[in-house]
Amino acid sequence: MTSDAAGTPAVELSQLRFAYRNGRDVLNIEQLAIARGETVFLHGPSGSGKTTLLGLLAGVLQPTSGHVKVLGADFATMSSGARDAFRARHLGYVFQMFNLIPYLPVRENILLPIRLDAGRRARLGSQSLDAAVHDIARQLDIDPLLDAPISELSVGQQQRVAAARALIGAPEVVIADEPTSALDTDRREQFLQLLFASCQKAHAALVFVSHDHTLMPLFSRTVSLASLNRAADSRRTA
Amino acid sequence: MLIPRLAFLSLRSRLLTTSLTIVSIALSVTLLVGIENVRAGVRESFAGTIRGTDLIVGARGGTLQVLLSTVFGIGYPAGSVKIATFERWKAHPAVKWAVPYSLGDSHRGFRVVGTTPEFFQRYRFRQNSPVTFATGQAFAGDGDVVIGSEVAERLHYTIGTPVTVTHGMRDIGTSSHELHPFTVVGILNRTFTPVDRSVYITLAGIEAMHEGFEKPLVTIAKAKSAAVATSKSSVAPAFRPKPVARKETPLQANVPAVMPGASPPPGTPMVMPGASPPPGTPMIMPGAEPPPTMKAASKPVIAKFVPPKTPETETSIEATGVEPPHDHTNDQITAFFVGTKNRFEALMLQREMNTDLVEPLTAVIPGVALGELWQNIGGAEVGLRVIAIFAVAIGLTGMLVSLYSSLEARRREMAIFRAVGAGPRTIVSLLVLESGLLAFLGCVIGVAFVYAGLMFGQAPIEQRFGLHLSIRPLGGTEWTYLAMVFFAGIVIGFVPAIKAYRTSLVDGLSPRA
Repeated sequence: MTSDAAGTPAVELSQLRFAYRNGRDVLNIEQLAIARGETVFLHGPSGSGKTTLLGLLAGVLQPTSGHVKVLGADFATMSSGARDAFRARHLGYVFQMFNLIPYLPVRENILLPIRLDAGRRARLGSQSLDAAVHDIARQLDIDPLLDAPISELSVGQQQRVAAARALIGAPEVVIADEPTSALDTDRREQFLQLLFASCQKAHAALVFVSHDHTLMPLFSRTVSLASLNRAADSRRTA
Repeated sequence: MLIPRLAFLSLRSRLLTTSLTIVSIALSVTLLVGIENVRAGVRESFAGTIRGTDLIVGARGGTLQVLLSTVFGIGYPAGSVKIATFERWKAHPAVKWAVPYSLGDSHRGFRVVGTTPEFFQRYRFRQNSPVTFATGQAFAGDGDVVIGSEVAERLHYTIGTPVTVTHGMRDIGTSSHELHPFTVVGILNRTFTPVDRSVYITLAGIEAMHEGFEKPLVTIAKAKSAAVATSKSSVAPAFRPKPVARKETPLQANVPAVMPGASPPPGTPMVMPGASPPPGTPMIMPGAEPPPTMKAASKPVIAKFVPPKTPETETSIEATGVEPPHDHTNDQITAFFVGTKNRFEALMLQREMNTDLVEPLTAVIPGVALGELWQNIGGAEVGLRVIAIFAVAIGLTGMLVSLYSSLEARRREMAIFRAVGAGPRTIVSLLVLESGLLAFLGCVIGVAFVYAGLMFGQAPIEQRFGLHLSIRPLGGTEWTYLAMVFFAGIVIGFVPAIKAYRTSLVDGLSPRA
């Protein structure tokens, strides 16, 4: 599970099929591998199953058939509780918006995955929680906001807090679901630079979903879900 | 530590909804615990009608008949008890005190009780409160009257008011003993018991009233004092026996069958083997009719002392079908109250009295009889409980609704928790803790409401309704109710919690805003 970048890929999908209850296949992916340190731009039209794919990668959804392996661990063989624990330890997740627990201040929002999982805490090593929070906050330029209530933050600041929470404790995989769509263009670039820098430092694989094709060149790799997903093809031809 | 903190912060962030939910639960709990308190209060004030008296002894009759006729003044006693019998039992080694209690007369609708001044020291009510005098003191002479607070209030009597006592309970004004005026010497404080509605005079006073004041009071009092040792008639202090002398009253010698001095071994029948009952006294079985000999003996007495009745009275008595035994002779009282030296002896003494060979008696333990009576008339409390339980059900439903509706707004929050790796246990325990906390706070505040209500409402309620609600720690029933509310709160928390976990799974990680 704690494999190196050189060994097993961070994320590996094979013969993956997924259908919601009694429905058609939403996803049918033969093969996809993402290495650690890679930054992947995942795009596709609405309804192509992007969010479903992220749910599968995070272990919240289970494939109808096939395998989802993260850091070599096959989600199919893990219990729901084990997948929750795995997610807390190895994954970071950023939503499009409303990422934060409204009643917790910035600091506590960032510390949430650490508090929920002792394994994630262990990844900080000898570093104190306070130092770890300040570290990641400094990287994302939100250091002065740590004790502010969420309601006082701008959308851009909120997204950076969400990124800080996803990145604290250096998870191997960071998943971001259109995190910049609520930001204006200047802020978008700035946010991405901070996100990339932090992912690089943590040597994490970044799976970034977006409609915004202007961001594409910034990533090391681009994946089109429309061409990857054979279920989408069959639906179109049907 | 994380989850309690999250639960606390989450509840605090929705302060208005949270407090409304808590208040709705608190009000239900207030109703539930409050009703329980009132119920206990009613029951207690009922049970506290008479305390400190271990036995009430009357002529052979039903337990409730003895209790109702003496304590509550409802109905009529089955018969009367000879003073000699009273004296005999009074000398029993297990008996600490005994007070005679004579009924049958009324004063403007309030019953008249003939007794001794000791009655005011011995009669206890509520927890163990003695009867106290608002003004004046206990009667000393045979023309003295002590009245209950309600009598004083309704009839506007004060110390020194002359009082006329009517013979019989109903015939107001028809056969008044107009010639025998009494004077109020004491007014009792309010007790919220039938004492408030009673008029107390001495036994000699009753007798004087019946025999007429043609005889000078002194002679009657002397005769009376000889019979009633405790009668503290001021006119005949020489006859007042010393407590030590009581056991040696000559009356005792007349009844060899019952040995008050010799305590029989446990389980031994009261009739001593070998000891022959006095001649002419057959074995009296408990519950049996008085033997014919005794009936025959007492009949002439009744015939002799029942005064001529007006036709009016006759019909009214016939209508009820109960003839009030009403015979005032020198040697008859209606009943007597007994206190034992050791309360454990009350049961033994009761059995002994119920099997008295000389005179058929019924000894009643007031607490037990009151309990029996309450069981019969206390059906209303079940209704109260049902209402209270409905109230709590409504409160809890309110909680469920508010938890459930808040959950819709919290779907995103749940998705975030799921995304950062919170498992079902975390989410369920968070939501269940929240609902448990709401229920807990509801209980605490509800109980606080009850005690606040008791603190402020106790005096007005007592004054207005005569219901004393004691401020006391929560009893077993209350704790059970609180535990039920709390437990229900927790169980209810599971419903949205499980739904939340499922929903956040189905929604994936990105519920649409």
